[in-house]
Amino acid sequence: MSARVHALVERIYRDESRRVLATLIRYLGDFDLAEEALHDAFMAAVDQWPREGVPDKPRAWLVSAGRFKAIDRLRRRARFDASQGALAERLDEAPRGMGDPADIEAVEDDRLRLIFTCCHPALPASAQVALTLREICGLTTEQIAHAFLTRPTTVAQRIVRAKAKIRDAGIPYQVPEATELSERLESVLSVIYLVFNEGYVASVGERMTRGELAEEGIRLGRLLLDLLPDPEVMGLLALMLLHEARRVSRTDVAGEPILLRDQDRGLWNRTMIAEGRTLLGRAFASGEVGAYTLQAAIVALHAEAASVEQTDWSRITGLYDVLVQASPSPIIELNRAVAVAMRDGPEAGLALVDALLARGELVDYRLAYAARADLCCRLGDNERARVAYRQALSLSEQLPERAFLERRLAELGDIVASENIVASENIVASETTPPHREEGGAASS
Amino acid sequence: MKYLCLVYSDEELLHSLPESPRDEECLAYAESVQESGRLVAGEALAPVQTATTVRVRTGKTTITDGPFAETKEQLAGFYMVEARDLNEALTIAAGIPAARVGSIEVRPVRELEVPARSAAGERG
Repeated sequence: MSARVHALVERIYRDESRRVLATLIRYLGDFDLAEEALHDAFMAAVDQWPREGVPDKPRAWLVSAGRFKAIDRLRRRARFDASQGALAERLDEAPRGMGDPADIEAVEDDRLRLIFTCCHPALPASAQVALTLREICGLTTEQIAHAFLTRPTTVAQRIVRAKAKIRDAGIPYQVPEATELSERLESVLSVIYLVFNEGYVASVGERMTRGELAEEGIRLGRLLLDLLPDPEVMGLLALMLLHEARRVSRTDVAGEPILLRDQDRGLWNRTMIAEGRTLLGRAFASGEVGAYTLQAAIVALHAEAASVEQTDWSRITGLYDVLVQASPSPIIELNRAVAVAMRDGPEAGLALVDALLARGELVDYRLAYAARADLCCRLGDNERARVAYRQALSLSEQLPERAFLERRLAELGDIVASENIVASENIVASETTPPHREEGGAASS
Repeated sequence: MKYLCLVYSDEELLHSLPESPRDEECLAYAESVQESGRLVAGEALAPVQTATTVRVRTGKTTITDGPFAETKEQLAGFYMVEARDLNEALTIAAGIPAARVGSIEVRPVRELEVPARSAAGERG
């Protein structure tokens, strides 16, 4: 048993399993059967590759193995259900003319088919996102639940129902015709951005950023841009690139978040920022400015500023004003509140954050409390800041973020806290007011 | 005269009450009406979770999950179509002139599960 082969199978699983799945769904015409086949194929790889060697084209091998395993399964079930036998025979004959699974273009098409099927408007919007994250990105229901601010059981149920509808209502496994493409695009964009965000700020686990998923989101964005040069696809890709360009500077070696104020702007990837800028220019030039393009414009102002102090908070606030109109969301309003705090002072920001929390939509959102804590600190109200940091801590399941919040709590009274990183939409600012010393200080925490 | 007989029921209860019809019985009745020369068409529908609603407003087609007709809307007609998949059915539905002012609910027809014919449909 070779440890090296095992490591290779694991790597191939990580890199290829979703592609293999996308192709298997096309071959088998059924999500659940394809998932079982994918599992069987990798079990076979773990069993056979150490003895027989790793095949030249592992992906093609896995697709082929998965297909045969699925046909075997159907034949076994045929003992109880004759229709399964007929399906097995049909599948056994089908692959001729269906393309070579090693053909990279066919595989990429399969991924797009999978995206458009998972994002079909006949599915509820929440199910589209859940299904895509599960099937295309291989996230667990727990991870998806965090991205959605909901419970894992709810997500699992959405996925089961969505698969049932795909099967029972006859939702096809195909990229829509050009005439339908733009209408079908909106949900695809939101799904891709959620995928990117799950990579950019992972909601659970030990590492705060997961580069592969962020890269996956960008790759999906590029693929989509090739297929459909729509201004909002440009806007979304620009947004992702402008975030991604600064990813390495956002965490220290221990994985803890680094405040925007303290980030080494020299580490920011200027090539990526320039590419994002170019795409943003193309999107604006089209005359159709959507929500992703607006967000990208905000992030571009951060990415191009020499420091927090030199950031154009007035323009950022103005862009948020438009964005809240174009795409109403409590998280965008939270980001806007922090921008207002940078422009008009922490009191103005705190009033907005408290009004948002009072509305109830963000009561379980840890970063709303972290933002509140920061603003309280800047106002010198360390007591209320500590309460808010504890609330944020009680809602955070991300180890580096917890370490960060605990450190903030410990430091409170000695150092005035600064910015937070607001997860799904954007970066948030840093304070510039000097530290205040309070009577109680750190002793009471 | 032609008449349309619409079957309404609580889907949760349709197949679970002691009085609930079995698919064999449904098929037998349909066949008896057919033999009498009075059946034009009759089908069972897939469960409501498979429903998709199409509306066309100001030239733009919107497709949503579910059977969400407005409460003010009443049944005004029907098309039974043969389509390759849901996308084709939705395209046909969007072309129905009434879609501009009302809603078109698109639902797959369900094959009755009758053992002798080994139909491959699912339970409703």
